[in-house]
This record gives sequence, structure tokens and C-alpha cells, in this order.
Amino acid sequence: MPTAIAVRDLRKSYDGIEALRGISFDVQEGEVFGLLGPNGAGKTTTVEILEGYRRRDSGDVAVLGHDPSDAPRDLRERMGVVLQHSENLSLLTVHEVLRMFGGYYESPRDVDEVVALVGLADKRDARVRTLSGGQKRRLDLGTALVGDPDLVFLDEPTTGFDPAARRSAWEMIRSLRALGKTVLLTTHYLDEAQQLADRVAVIRAGQIIALGTPADLIGETRRAEIRFRRDGELVTIETDEPTRVLAGLTAEALSAGRELEQLEIRRPSLEDVYLELVEEPEDA
Amino acid sequence: MKALAHQLSFEQRIFWRSREAAVFIFIFPLLLYTLLATVYSGEIDDRPSADVLLAGLFGYGAANTAFGGLAIILVGRREYGILKRLRATPLTPRTYLAAVLLSILLVFALQSVALLVLGSLGFGASAPANALGFAGSVVLGAACFAGLGVGAASLIRSAEGVSAVVNVVLLPMAFLSGSFGSTPEDYPAFLEAIADVLPLTYFLQIVNGVYLDGDSLFAHPRALAVVAAWGLAGLVVAWRRFTWVPRER
Repeated sequence: MPTAIAVRDLRKSYDGIEALRGISFDVQEGEVFGLLGPNGAGKTTTVEILEGYRRRDSGDVAVLGHDPSDAPRDLRERMGVVLQHSENLSLLTVHEVLRMFGGYYESPRDVDEVVALVGLADKRDARVRTLSGGQKRRLDLGTALVGDPDLVFLDEPTTGFDPAARRSAWEMIRSLRALGKTVLLTTHYLDEAQQLADRVAVIRAGQIIALGTPADLIGETRRAEIRFRRDGELVTIETDEPTRVLAGLTAEALSAGRELEQLEIRRPSLEDVYLELVEEPEDA
Repeated sequence: MKALAHQLSFEQRIFWRSREAAVFIFIFPLLLYTLLATVYSGEIDDRPSADVLLAGLFGYGAANTAFGGLAIILVGRREYGILKRLRATPLTPRTYLAAVLLSILLVFALQSVALLVLGSLGFGASAPANALGFAGSVVLGAACFAGLGVGAASLIRSAEGVSAVVNVVLLPMAFLSGSFGSTPEDYPAFLEAIADVLPLTYFLQIVNGVYLDGDSLFAHPRALAVVAAWGLAGLVVAWRRFTWVPRER
């Protein structure tokens, strides 16, 4: 599959503080790629370099074959962005905002189609200032899609959403993949990355500390947790060799004629892996 | 060209839909003219006061609309991330700024016509002695004060404070340069010194020339040079300091 985004040894400092300390990753066309990390890890810096807002100090970056720091028109024609903080012109209606943005592109999508896609059909002629926070965010997504881009940047697209609004935003982002779009998503919500991303890069203090599919990331640790009750007491064993430990336990229980009550073998969730990754001391 | 017309149509839509803009930018100079022309009937400096005030309020309107209006629009859009978002679209900065400037010019041109109609119907003010020169001064005033407006927008940090800052600059400038009636003979020297450097003082010289005396637009080369220099100074500041991304945060 062709590469939509290629990043090699990307570095950026602000006032002598290294925000990005040599980041490398590729995003394939048609992939939903997640940049996951705590606040301040360097996610937005990375995305804003790719979008052309910030200049890198060093490293190589190619977005749809272009260097974004040249701000080439062809690139802006083919990408859509949802910024972390931005407002729309509050006096225009939903339909007008999308028509205005659509006018910037050579072959925009049908405005009413986009209105429906982002679930604002019943707000089509409502002024932006009357929309709720979640509706405004969906309009942001609409402005990112109206140019029919190949690549969409979503910087923390669901921050501040209630659970229902998040679910519906997730549905929308999944529908982007169905449309064949490449999506680069940043989030500090782990479930969001797990739900949406084909691959995830975990970023901490300006470095990528893990990269792979959500399943890969979980698979990287072989550790498992075995739990059961013995005489009503909860016993928990963490082990890298669950097969051997379990065989020992079952043999013991069988010979004693006992049951391993409420036996459970738990693999760590992505959340456990993530917390472990981002909490490790930096020089570990 | 198509992109420019597209953006201009939305700029106009946004401007006229905003009650604040329509009242403070478009109506306010007309309202001030009505008040002043009612209070000071008769003559100012041996000329009909309706004429003198019309020229003065036209000058104030140029500063209010092009300088104040533009600064308010640009700072607000920058701080709310609207400019930043637009930068990621294929719309070029040049086209966008041209549309915003043209939109302001259009507003000021309409305001000028409204002022002439109001003056003539309401207060018996004369038509411009040099109509073509007057039309030229609409463009000149809009250009100079728009340059200053973009410059000011580059320096003002907060969207909340922009109206206050703009008016702190605008109203004293309008008083000192004689927009609201000519300044007295025994004027304090330091105020006169300030008035002597203000762009509006020189713009009003040109306006008085074309409107009252029938001069050519180019009859006062020194005034023209000062007005142009102020406009350029604003552009230089903008060139060095203008940002598309929010300054706060």
C-alpha cells in the first residue's frame, strides 16, 4: 500500500526544550493511524508540523508526497483538518459555512450530503452560534470533509464530548475509513485509539515508545494474570509463563480433588499496557 | 477572481448580519453627523457647518470603518482560530485578505453615499465640489486606514480588548484632527503637535480640498505623502508581526 505520511527522525524544540526528540512513523493510505499519549507529549506539535502550521527543526516529513512546510496548494487541496481549538463564523448557518469552505476546493462534495454525513441535517439552516459544543465539533468535521480530501487530520476530535456524542463521532470517523480516507488521529483517550485506529503510536515526552496495532501492543507483553479463589480467598498470580503456572495449579488442585474456584486468566488490556508505558521512568 | 468573489460575498453576508458591526461601524458616523449638524447649525470657519461636518465625519468614517472595523474583524478571527483554520484550505492568504479589504471598502463606499444623501436631504449639505476627487478619497482613506487596521490587528493581542483599544485611538484622533468641527485657534501646543502627526489630520485636508474647494485629489502632495506613509507604516508592521494563529494561550 502506498504511504500517505512518512516521518523520519522529526525534531522540534521550543525555547531550548525538546518537544519532539526524533520521531519516525509511516501512515499507509486508507489507514486510520492514532497518535496516543498524555497531554504535552508532543501529539499536537507533530500534527501541526504535518499540517504545515509549524516548522520542524530537523528530520524528513512527506505528506501525500509533499513537504508540508512549503504549504503547497496541491496538498491543501487534498487534506482536511480538524483543529483542537477553532471556532466557525458564528453568524453563518451550518449550510453556509460548509458552502464557504466548499468554495475553496476544486471539486467539493455536495454540501447537503456533508450536512447529512455529519448528522446536522436538522440544523442545516441554524446559525453556528446556536449549536451545542458537540454540534460545532461535527461542523468542524464537516468543513474538513467538504473538500473531499484524501487525508484527514483529527486533533483530539472528541475532547469534551459526552459519551453519546463520542459514540456518534466514532461512527463518523469509522465511516471515513469506509470512504477510503487516510486518517491521522490524536487522542489521549485510550478507548478511542483502541476503537478507531488500525495502528497506534504511543508517544511520551517527545518520543514514540510503542507502535503497532492495538493487538500488537497488548501482545508485546506476554504477561497474564491468573485469579481464582482458594477457601474464599482471592489469589492473584502475575506471570510471563501462564501455561506452565496454570498446569502446576491445575495438577495440584486435581490431586487434592479441589476446584479452582472462579478461575480466570486475564490478558492485560491496552489500558494496562498504555499506563505501564507512559508511567515508566524516562531512562528505564 | 472566482475565489475572490466567493469570499467577498461571504464577507458581506457576515458583515451585514452582525448587528454590532452594522451599528458601530456603519450607522455610528451617520448618527454622529446627525447630532453634530443639528447642534452646530450655521457656519464653521465661514462655511456651512453641514458641509464642514460632513467632510469631518467622512474622515472619521474612513478611520472608524477601515481602521477600527478591520482591526476588530481580524483580531477576532485570529483569536478564535478562524484564520488558522483557513490557512489549511487551498484559499490563498492573498485572496482572503483582498476579499476582507474589498468588503471593508464596499462598506465605507456605501457609508459615504449614505452620508452624502443624509447631508443633502437632512441638512442641505452641498454635493462634493470635485465628485471624482471625492470618490478617489474614498479609496485613499480606506486604503490608508486599512493599512493601519491590519497593523493594529498585528499588535493587539486579545479579542476582548480590541474594541476598547480601537476606540481609545480613534476618538481622540478624530477630535484632535477636527473631524467633529474645526479645532480652536488657542489650542494647547502639545495637542497641536499631536494633531500635526495624525493621519486623519492630513486625510481631512485632502477631503476638505476635494469636497469643499473642488481641489484635485493631488492638490496637497504633502498631505497625500503623510497619509500614504501612515498606511505603509501599518503594512510594514503587519508584514513583520501579523500571525494567522491565536496570540493568546
